[in-house]
Formats: sequence, C-alpha cells, structure tokens
Amino acid sequence: MVFMFWLIAIITLGSALAMVLNKNIFRSALFMVVTFIGVAAMYVLLQADFLAAVQILVYAGAIAIFIVFGIMLTVRGNMKQTNLFSKNAALAGLVSLVLVVINAIMVLTSDWPVSEAAPPVETVGQIAELMLTKFIVPFEVVAVLLLVALLGAIIIAKEVKKTS
Amino acid sequence: MQIFIDLANLIRGWITGMGISEAAAEIVMTAVGAVAVIVFILIHVILLILAERRVSAFFQLRKGPNRLGPIGIGQVLADVVKTLGKEDIIPAGADKFVFKIASTTFFATALLAYAVIPFGEGMIIQDLNIGIFYFIAIGSTATMSVLMAGWSSNNKYAMIGGMRGVAQMISYEIPMVFSLLGVVMLAGSLKMSDIVEAQKNMWFIVPQFIAFLIYYIAATAEINRAPFDLPEGEQELVAGFFIEYSGIRWALFAMAEYANMVAVSAIATTLFLGGWNAPFGLTFIPPFVWFMLKLYVMIFTFLWVRWTFPRLRVDHLMHFGWKFLIPASLANILVTGIGIYIYRAITG
Repeated sequence: MVFMFWLIAIITLGSALAMVLNKNIFRSALFMVVTFIGVAAMYVLLQADFLAAVQILVYAGAIAIFIVFGIMLTVRGNMKQTNLFSKNAALAGLVSLVLVVINAIMVLTSDWPVSEAAPPVETVGQIAELMLTKFIVPFEVVAVLLLVALLGAIIIAKEVKKTS
Repeated sequence: MQIFIDLANLIRGWITGMGISEAAAEIVMTAVGAVAVIVFILIHVILLILAERRVSAFFQLRKGPNRLGPIGIGQVLADVVKTLGKEDIIPAGADKFVFKIASTTFFATALLAYAVIPFGEGMIIQDLNIGIFYFIAIGSTATMSVLMAGWSSNNKYAMIGGMRGVAQMISYEIPMVFSLLGVVMLAGSLKMSDIVEAQKNMWFIVPQFIAFLIYYIAATAEINRAPFDLPEGEQELVAGFFIEYSGIRWALFAMAEYANMVAVSAIATTLFLGGWNAPFGLTFIPPFVWFMLKLYVMIFTFLWVRWTFPRLRVDHLMHFGWKFLIPASLANILVTGIGIYIYRAITG
C-alpha cells in the first residue's frame, strides 16, 4: 500500500512538473491527463471509488475538449511560437516560493486527524444523500451557474439577432 | 459452462498453494482474467472481420469472400499475415512519441472496459460497486486517443478526423449516460451483478425501451460505426484519424474498434436484455451461452445498421445529438422517476 502510494505520487507529481515545463502545448495537455489519472488512482487508494471514476470522467475525459480549444486558438506552424515562455522567471520563482512556504507551514502545523473507521462499502448513496439534503443549496447554485455558462456560450457562438 | 469458473478456482488454488499472499494471488488472478479477455477479443475480432464481410455482401447481394476455404475463412488468416508483415511507417513530420502510443492507448481503453462485463454468473473480472459508471468513465477516455492519433499524424485528413471524433464522442456520451441512468434507477444499483439480478422477471428493454433506443444510437456514435462513422468517412477523409498508421499499429486501431463494438453490445445485453438470465425459464441452457447468444444478436444488429443506413452529415449529427437525443433522454429519466413513484404508491 505504501509502495503504491509512493509510486502513484511520483508519477502524478512528475507528470505535473512535465506539464508545466514542456514546450509543446499538446504534450503538456497529455501530461495533464496523466496527472489527473494519478489523482484518480489516489482516490482508489483511499477507497473512494466513485470519486475516482468522476475524476477520470470529468477531468481526464474533458481534457480532449481543452486540447481542441488549445490547438484551435494558439497553434502556429512553429511550436516555439505557440507556447511562449515568460521572461519574468525571477518574479514567478518568488511567487511560487512564497506559495510553497505558506503551504508547507500550513501542512506542517495542521493537526491531521487519523480515522480508525472502516471505509464505507457503498459510497454513491452517501454522496447523493449529502448532496440532496445538507448541501442542496450549493448543489443548486452550481447547477444554475453551469446553466448560465452554457447559455452564455450559446449566445456568444450564435450572436443575438436584433429584432426591432 | 461452470468450466470457466472451475478453471479460475483451480488456478487460484494453485497460486495460493504456492504460498503467496492473498493480495498477490488477487493480482495474478486479475492478470489471468486480462489474458482471457485479450484472447476473447482476438477470437471475436477474427470472427467479426469475416462476419462483417459476409453480412455486408449479403446485404448488397454480392457473394463476399468465398475463395479461400469454406465461406472465406482463409481470407481472415491471409489478412492477419498481411497486416503483421507490413512495414511500420511513421511519417517524418509526425510527433513520433504521441503517434506511437496513441494506438496502444486506444486499445488499452477498449481492453479496460471488459473489467466489469459479466459474462455469466460469477464470471466478471471485478464486480465493482460502481460497475456501469466505471464503464462510462473508461469509455470517455477513448476520445483522447482519437485526438492523439489525429493530431500527431501531422496530416490534415487525420486532424479533421480527430476533431470530428472529439465533437461526436463527447456529444453522444451525454445521451448515452442519461439513457443508462433509467436502468440504474430501476435496478437501484450501479453494480453489474445487481442490475442483472434485477432483471430476473422482466428485462429492462420492456420498461426502458426508449432508453434502449437512445443507448443504441449513442453507442453506435461512440464506437464510430456507420451511420456515425464521420471521423473516418472514407469518401471525405480517406481513413480519418488513423490514416497514417500501417501494419500492427493500424491493426491495433481496427481491433480496438471491434473490441469496443463487442463491449457496447455486452453492456446493452447486460443492462437491457437481462444479461445471463434465461428467458421463459429455459434454464437448462447455461447462463454463459445465453449471454453469448444475446451478445451475437446485438452485434448482428450493429452490422445490419452499418450496411443499411447512409452516413449522416456533420451538422445533422450535432443537431440530432443535442436537440433530439439529449432532451429525449432527459424526458426518459423524468418519466422513469414518476413511474417508479406511482409503482411504489400502488404496491406500497
């Protein structure tokens, strides 16, 4: 179990790093898929099977759309022109360093509770129940938000015809 | 057909007899199951290539392959030898790494889907709690491989094919998931064995006939078969996203397409046609045989549709998917919910 954890962790973080550092935008997106699948594998290790499947369906599956837009909007004949690297390396490094330090402090100072309870056998029902009772308002808000995004996309794509 | 289960138990007995831990034995058994699935797929690819040719010839009033051996069996062997002997050509302008792994990942996703297909009572590699949802999640990743193949080939036909593939597969995935939801609502579980068990008295094709039709149409689009074969339409795109592939890499794509066809047929059999349940109390025929019979009926309908209908136009495809199939599948969920409520109110 511990061995699997380290293996998956290395693959996930390694591909995340490769995604950021790769100069080819298409390959960056592919490494992102590997990262998402690695996260899904982590969920499996935590016995959250439903969440793992959602992770693959929503994130890894939707990357294809992401790539399509990425290619359509940015790709030039020469890959170097497509994926321009910023010159502000020093500033970016400083911001990243500060973020890492803040995160590290929070991780190290937090008191992590360890649960002795056995993992639930059936996860889908519990998630559904929580979503439709305790968290019904956030759930509906997200639904409305997505609907607005969808309508916005349609309006941008089709343009509203002026009716006088 | 208890023989497969007995065989599995025998192998399990051998492995644990060698003094390996329970977890390690489970890993070995999964590997054995994977090999069995690969053999299953290979046999069916060979059968389906021949079946497709014979069926298409039958529909077009031709004779089809009939020179090599009886009903052209030798033709398939000749094809296999030809494919294996071909040179593996990689275009100079291709993104070589992505080009090479695209065919493998496409076949791998097709293979992974078989983990949750119940071929008979107890004949399932992993009877996951989220069974059918796992199948949907794995199926959604096939889009990636299509796009990878289309983009890395550095060919405009391949690129257009890949883009069409993404648009089509993402669009038709939604009605497919919604149509399966009706069955899940009736069975009250995502687990494959529970869904099959729930159909003991009545197959779900009866109360969920609309869902079955939606699933069938969406599945045809998901596996890129005519009339939804736009990503590889011969007349416009030559071969679409795998135009630049040759030899064994091309064969992997072809095999994966047939494997996907068998997989969606198996899911249709499991969710709508009662899985390995025997109809009319004909239980003297073993469950595995029933499953295969229903599977072959489903596969035949896929062949039938392919050689009967003309290809759709791209914009018609999108209109049909978004403006008809998705509303219809949503309405099906609503009606199913109301139906379940009324049924409970009557029976108490």
